[in-house]
Amino acid sequence: MTDILVYVPNSGKHAAEVLTLGRTLGDVSAIAFDDAAAALAGEYGAAKVYRVDAAGIDDYFVDPKATVLTDLARSAAPDFFLLPSTDEGKALAARVAVALDNGLLTDVSGLEADGTATQDAFAGATVVKSKSTKGFTLATVKTGSTEPAPAPGAPAVEAVAATVAEADQRVRVTERVDEPAGDRPGLAEARVVVSGGRGVGSAEDFALIERVADALGGAVGASRAATDAGYYPHKFQVGQTGTTVSPQLYVAAGISGAIQHRAGMQTSRVIVAVNKDADAPIFGMADYGVVGDLFQVLPQALEAIEKRK
Amino acid sequence: MNIVVLVKQVPDSGLARQLDAQLRVDRNGANNVMGELDEYAVEAALQLKEAHGGEVTVLTLGPGQATETVRKVLAMGADKAVHIEDDAVGGSDALTTSAILAAALGRLEWDLVVAGAESTDSGMGVMPQLLAARTGAPALTGARKIDIAERTVTVEHQRANGYDVLSANLPAIVSVWDTINTPRYPSLKGIMAAKRKPVETLALADLGVSEAGPAAARNEVLSAAERPPRAAGQIVADEGQGGDALADFLAAEKFI
Ligand SMILES: Cc1cc2nc3c(=O)[nH]c(=O)nc-3n(C[C@H](O)[C@H](O)[C@H](O)COP(=O)(O)OP(=O)(O)OC[C@H]3O[C@@H](n4cnc5c(N)ncnc54)[C@H](O)[C@@H]3O)c2cc1C
Ligand SMILES: Nc1ncnc2c1ncn2[C@@H]1O[C@H](COP(=O)(O)O)[C@@H](O)[C@H]1O
Repeated sequence: MTDILVYVPNSGKHAAEVLTLGRTLGDVSAIAFDDAAAALAGEYGAAKVYRVDAAGIDDYFVDPKATVLTDLARSAAPDFFLLPSTDEGKALAARVAVALDNGLLTDVSGLEADGTATQDAFAGATVVKSKSTKGFTLATVKTGSTEPAPAPGAPAVEAVAATVAEADQRVRVTERVDEPAGDRPGLAEARVVVSGGRGVGSAEDFALIERVADALGGAVGASRAATDAGYYPHKFQVGQTGTTVSPQLYVAAGISGAIQHRAGMQTSRVIVAVNKDADAPIFGMADYGVVGDLFQVLPQALEAIEKRK
Repeated sequence: MNIVVLVKQVPDSGLARQLDAQLRVDRNGANNVMGELDEYAVEAALQLKEAHGGEVTVLTLGPGQATETVRKVLAMGADKAVHIEDDAVGGSDALTTSAILAAALGRLEWDLVVAGAESTDSGMGVMPQLLAARTGAPALTGARKIDIAERTVTVEHQRANGYDVLSANLPAIVSVWDTINTPRYPSLKGIMAAKRKPVETLALADLGVSEAGPAAARNEVLSAAERPPRAAGQIVADEGQGGDALADFLAAEKFI
């Protein structure tokens, strides 16, 4: 049987996707540092959960978790070790790779039983097949790679007691500041994302984007031109240097569709664009596009949406 | 305070890019630029030097044409450069690259290494952590703000929904996002001055690294293809009905 080790950081959608992908490859053993992660692993069909308990581990950045993951990877000797492709997931995978002198594949969007991985290159313009040639398949998995499918079970739980070694106390986390997301769904997890770009023209007019998002029960996103101009906070930026989203519906209003923006939204199921320039590249990838002024089109659409509800 | 800034020359991410016949990033086109996020690393290094004194050394691993990128960083204000150039490097994996860069860092005196959060070609975003593992220095990655006081570096590590404050003792490795600053342009004076700044060129043998290239890589690329285009959509012109038409589409797709 193929053994799959999965790092489960939390109870979010991305973690559920990685567990689901792991299950298609073999028997999943999940690594959980808290109860919420352990519960998610059970819900998504893990056969086994390593429930790690390490006092004070959250006071330090990356290093102590990397040590735990390296030790578990060494003793479990899996065929695959999967982590979500987040900043943390990639950092941990990098540390495991050096410690074990193992191959490393990042931002994988698909995996086959023989270890062949699908990866995007050049912001998604090129799709590459690759494979590890040393050690097990160590891969970080991009969000939106699989549809999360629950398979509730009662995994065997192995308690792992770990201590934070002095050498792993080098980077202290002295404060965690969460900027509240408000009532809207989180950008990375939302079913619907409505994004505005430079074409929205001002911070005030982003209220129109918010109204459309609310009418569709979605999250608000923004292009980098919009965040750079201060129309909307940076944390809502979609794209290569912002958040990668993969919703059922992505609406781009006043966004030209630069390659760096497309990198963060091109796996959305349905893409809708509103832009007054018929030649904007975003129309090349849109399932439905309206060539027109967003200040005419969106208010009319809003009215029509309200009528239908 | 001595700072090493890591920069990588990459094909311009705004233009068409491709893999060559050996399935490696094609670096022969004319459209090579400094890694877009590395510009922010350079700016951060220069600002820290301006505040705390010391020297900024630019370190790059790349083919001959990467000299252009090195010159640009010197023109922006860095003091000297180390350029590792060796035909045996082509086809290396990230782990090998990190071993080479770590060997070069071992020859330099530094309190701080500043890198981009990710390169804009391979875009793995792992080099700072790989270097931390190899050098034993702490890595504080993904910074949107850096402060140095005494021998402690403190950064705001950017997250999707906020940030974490991280701190560590020097020497340390920091990587930065594009939210941290606005990179300067090289001045004419800077461009002239750059011509006289020292650039040391090293080969793998100078660093005592013997294993590199495809033979030492722990992964291989099997094939590459252009992403199949999405099926053509329906594009309508707004002649007063665009919003209604959009709502009809959303209803047909069951979003309302
Ligand atoms: C290293 C690097 C990383 C980057 N990362 C990202 C990233 O993560 N995310 C990102 O988005 N970008 C990123 N970019 C920037 C990217 O290259 C583009 O500059 C950016 O996406 C452009 O944003 P935009 O489409 O809103 O603006 P523009 O390209 O200026 O487009 C505005 C569009 O609005 C339309 N418009 C104007 N007024 C109206 C109106 N009234 N009604 C309808 N349409 C209108 C115009 O026709 C135009 O098409 C990155 C760039 C670099 C170099
Ligand atoms: N060949 C290289 N030479 C110098 N610096 C590099 C090189 N490759 C990566 N880096 C640095 O590491 C950062 C992250 O790179 P990566 O892990 O490839 O995404 C880059 O932004 C650079 O600062």
